[in-house]
Amino acid sequence: MSEPELPDDNQLTLEQALINLQCEDLGLRIYAAWWLGRFRVKDARAIALLIEALDDEADRTEAGGYPLRRNAARALGKLNDRSAVPALIKSLDCDDFYVREAAAQSLEMLGDLACVLKLVEMLSNSTTSTISGAETEQPFDSILEALGTLGAVESIPHILPFLDYPIPRIKYAAARAMYQLSAETEIAAEYGDILIKALSNNDLQLRRTVLSDLGAIGYLGAAEAISNTMAENSLKLISLKGVLEKQIPLATPPNLTEGAVRVMALMDDLL
Amino acid sequence: MIYCKVEERQAPLILYRSMSLSQLVKAVEEADSSRKLFEAVQNLANARLEGAIPTLIEALSYNNPGAAVAAVDGLTLLGNPAVPALLELLDMHNYTARSWAIRALAEIGDPRGLVTLLGVATADFAFSVRRAAVKGLGLMKWHWFPDELREIAQEEALEALLFVAQQDDEWVVRYAAVVGLQALSLTIADTYPQWRSQIQEYLDQMANSEENLAVRARVWLALQHIQQNISKNIHTSSGIAAIAENKSSLTTDDWQGILNQLYEIKRQERAKNLEEGDPRRFQKLALEIQNKS
Repeated sequence: MSEPELPDDNQLTLEQALINLQCEDLGLRIYAAWWLGRFRVKDARAIALLIEALDDEADRTEAGGYPLRRNAARALGKLNDRSAVPALIKSLDCDDFYVREAAAQSLEMLGDLACVLKLVEMLSNSTTSTISGAETEQPFDSILEALGTLGAVESIPHILPFLDYPIPRIKYAAARAMYQLSAETEIAAEYGDILIKALSNNDLQLRRTVLSDLGAIGYLGAAEAISNTMAENSLKLISLKGVLEKQIPLATPPNLTEGAVRVMALMDDLL
Repeated sequence: MIYCKVEERQAPLILYRSMSLSQLVKAVEEADSSRKLFEAVQNLANARLEGAIPTLIEALSYNNPGAAVAAVDGLTLLGNPAVPALLELLDMHNYTARSWAIRALAEIGDPRGLVTLLGVATADFAFSVRRAAVKGLGLMKWHWFPDELREIAQEEALEALLFVAQQDDEWVVRYAAVVGLQALSLTIADTYPQWRSQIQEYLDQMANSEENLAVRARVWLALQHIQQNISKNIHTSSGIAAIAENKSSLTTDDWQGILNQLYEIKRQERAKNLEEGDPRRFQKLALEIQNKS
């Protein structure tokens, strides 16, 4: 929804993309997989071919990665077809970190609870004590975000330890998930406030990530902090847009909540 | 990259108050790291000295977004004295510097920036620049305009804002256009009630057709403001009176230049569509302005 409508300015058509996805040229195949996702081509043949591409062995990087599988996994998240869920769950076991990450993100987008068990297993089987630097064995941030979005309250005990995780990005992904999974407003606000504190972190990249997190969960209490964050106005506006959109269903249109009016005043100043 | 909060940027600090202009400029010239450059530009900006304008303008061309943001703020604080240099910068073919200059012009709201903002709002390829220009149309210092020129200028701004609100691909630019339409409708409520009705009708349509939820919410809010303004019959004329002391420093030549530019826009529109906008009335206005000088 946040993605702008781009004009389809290349020559691919659905038929051509289907042909390219099955051809010998690895470059054409990987582009076709991306294209189908980017332009949300919801075609049953395309979905079947993308699912098939999750088992591809032809396209390998020197380090052992699977570029086509990565693109196929990402595209499947955008095509809104739950028939891809079993294959994506299977991809969570792929050797390639980025395939697992893309699969977790796409499973989050598809909104099917069938993956919860597997995602929780990935959290609990990890050895959080042996991490070094910014490398992790699993795409924890994507897994945590998926569990939060899916409303998987049963995963809370497995998420809580990640609130103390040494890598900030992952720690804040856990806070974001806990905000979404907390039934009581006051408790949710405590997790939201962890994210607010992160907006004054020294790392610009991290501040940008947290802005996006706060926009995704739409935490009203963060509105002023978002507008005061040291980051580009464009990102702050997108974040506040997320907060605003969560306020809309709380009133009968065209009425607006007091919170919505407050957020728009902040947005007007950032234009 | 360093970004800062508005409050911090505007806070006057004793330290650089005690530094002379030449010391502040020297600090910018001698900065040997991105961080030092940002701090030096920020100090220079906060000093609010007109003599700092050339250096602040130059800072818009450095490849340092933090320094550019600080320079934009400094130039905005200085306001109208910075406008000629900003307009000059627009003619240089440095896209980045140009986009920062447009932001400063938009914030200052000086009528000499009007025609540039009209063009940028509807045509620039960077959405953040279109967003700033659209905001600038809403912030324009309309009370500075001579009455006879204000009508044409506001009509152009109205057309540009209506176009952007309908056509722009980016939600945030359409959002900015709604904010601009709200501001304009309150400004012209007394003088051109028919334009206000036009804006209202248009926003009513948008409330149904706009697919972005945030933009639609802003449309509802704008309609509320316009409705309140009508029912309370409180118009911005009182606002204009309050700031009337802040008089325009523009010369007759400036106004003549703005009129000529608007005339040129009209001429081009006419070339595209002969039925709309008869440019002869602008020729008459041009004569009136000349006769006043």
